[in-house]
Amino acid sequence: MSTVRRGVEVSIAMADAVAQADVDVIAAYPITPQTHIVEHLADIVAEGELDAEFVPVESEHSAMSVCCGSSAVGARTFTSTSSQGLALMSEIFFIAAAMRFPIVMALANRSLSSPLSIWNDHTDVMMVRDAGWIHIFVENGQEAYDSIFYAFRIAEDPQVMLPVAINLDGFILTHMVEPVVYEDNDLIKKYIPEFKMKNTLHPDHPVSMGCFAMPEIYTETQMSREAGVVNSYPVILKAWEEWGGLTGRHYKPVETHRVEDAEYCIVTMGSFGETAMEVADQLREEGEKIGVVKIRLWRPFPFEELRKAVLGKKYLIVIDRAISFGGPGGPLALEIRSALYNKKGAPSIVNYVAGLAGRDVSRKDFRDIILEGKKKAASDDTDGFILYGLRG
Amino acid sequence: MQEIRFHGRGGQGAVTSAELIAIAAINTGNSAQAFPSFGPERRGAPVVAFCRVDDKKINIRAKVYNPDVVIVLDPGLVELLDPSEGMKDGGVLIINTKKGPDSAGKIRNSSIRIATVDANKIASEELGRVIVNTTMIGAFIKATGIISIDDIREPLMERFGAKLGAKNLKALERAYNEVVIKE
Repeated sequence: MSTVRRGVEVSIAMADAVAQADVDVIAAYPITPQTHIVEHLADIVAEGELDAEFVPVESEHSAMSVCCGSSAVGARTFTSTSSQGLALMSEIFFIAAAMRFPIVMALANRSLSSPLSIWNDHTDVMMVRDAGWIHIFVENGQEAYDSIFYAFRIAEDPQVMLPVAINLDGFILTHMVEPVVYEDNDLIKKYIPEFKMKNTLHPDHPVSMGCFAMPEIYTETQMSREAGVVNSYPVILKAWEEWGGLTGRHYKPVETHRVEDAEYCIVTMGSFGETAMEVADQLREEGEKIGVVKIRLWRPFPFEELRKAVLGKKYLIVIDRAISFGGPGGPLALEIRSALYNKKGAPSIVNYVAGLAGRDVSRKDFRDIILEGKKKAASDDTDGFILYGLRG
Repeated sequence: MQEIRFHGRGGQGAVTSAELIAIAAINTGNSAQAFPSFGPERRGAPVVAFCRVDDKKINIRAKVYNPDVVIVLDPGLVELLDPSEGMKDGGVLIINTKKGPDSAGKIRNSSIRIATVDANKIASEELGRVIVNTTMIGAFIKATGIISIDDIREPLMERFGAKLGAKNLKALERAYNEVVIKE
């Protein structure tokens, strides 16, 4: 089997991966910065290179509705959106998870209006955090390409049967040309064989899906959803383990960089992780005992792995890319604080919110955040959050 | 790591320049990034694009602030902005202008090299249109050696097809030969 290393825009690499995954249905509506993904898929289908239905819907609400319909008949289904598109489809987004449809979505993360902004942050995904989807964050083009395959593998596992959202930072990743290693189709076919769904909508075998529920049963349906998401965890680990065995690229729910002997750590999610590693390496040379903790799996949240990585450290500096208005901090910091509350050896936690709506977070910014954050943590100045770089 | 910044106007193909250089570098086994200064496309307005090339994996997800190389695609831009802003000492500034390196514009940083080429003339003669993004790559190759003319051939042909690719290559080679570099 052979691999090909290419210089390619990350959106194009993702679309090529969707074609390699041999999907049956793509339903999507264009929205910046996701557009290149579905545009390229439309090309691939129109050129006859992929035998799939491309459904050019009239809105994102319809896109997710089509995805639910096609998934219900057992078709391997892909979609992609961002920001306002996700907001518009949110009604059906929740239903897709509740009805256990193994749809895969590339969610090119972007801020929400108002003011109108097309640039990256994590406000859109946080809006649907509690919808019952599996949420994974990627930090570079290779991870974005790989994610399509393991996402279908996880989603379609009979033990899981849940939709998976691949979160990638809009523009920062979607519009980046960088090296991506493409895998051979034979390897992909072996890793994700043809999808055969157990209970499908079919006129010869009538079933009901998405019924009405009285209070006597609704609670139980929600427990079933909770169990579904939690129980996907070992399947996710196994899917990553096998992908690592096949390709040499290994993924974990919580990724760490120089954490073992670190005194304190910076915690990131998404493409922040790469710059954080670069800056941590520089600071190490200056004698700072810093490590980087990167949350790859957002739902189900990897409590044990996080605790294993950070309990016993002195401080954590958590960088969020979204605000929970009026709440105690950014969504990532909330999660980390909850996961470590009352645990022995819990570090003191400082929370920064940075990079909202595409404001650049440079190496110097990371350096400032880390060194200032360490000082704040050391002096127990840990309440709320700091909006980094706020002007005037 | 080499960091490159492009100044152009919307529609002049600064992003294409960045992408072609990145792809050429990646094809020779290096790592590279090419990305626009993300925003809505505005034809004619000043735009910026970025490129990084390194022999190891690049771990930076931020704009280029201290470039080693700056390429100015539009001669008028040197009157509007100082393209040498933030440049590293010893870096090279490559400008599309019919003036020579000594009268290229208001350049404040005196510890850089300046290279000039009349890319408008070359592009108009070789391509029949004043689209200088590929022409300027020729000057870039000569002034920096970060990639070679051989490296850029395949990405050019893939992007423009054989016929237009050959024309672009000719313009690029002319700029390589005609660029004036002041040490």
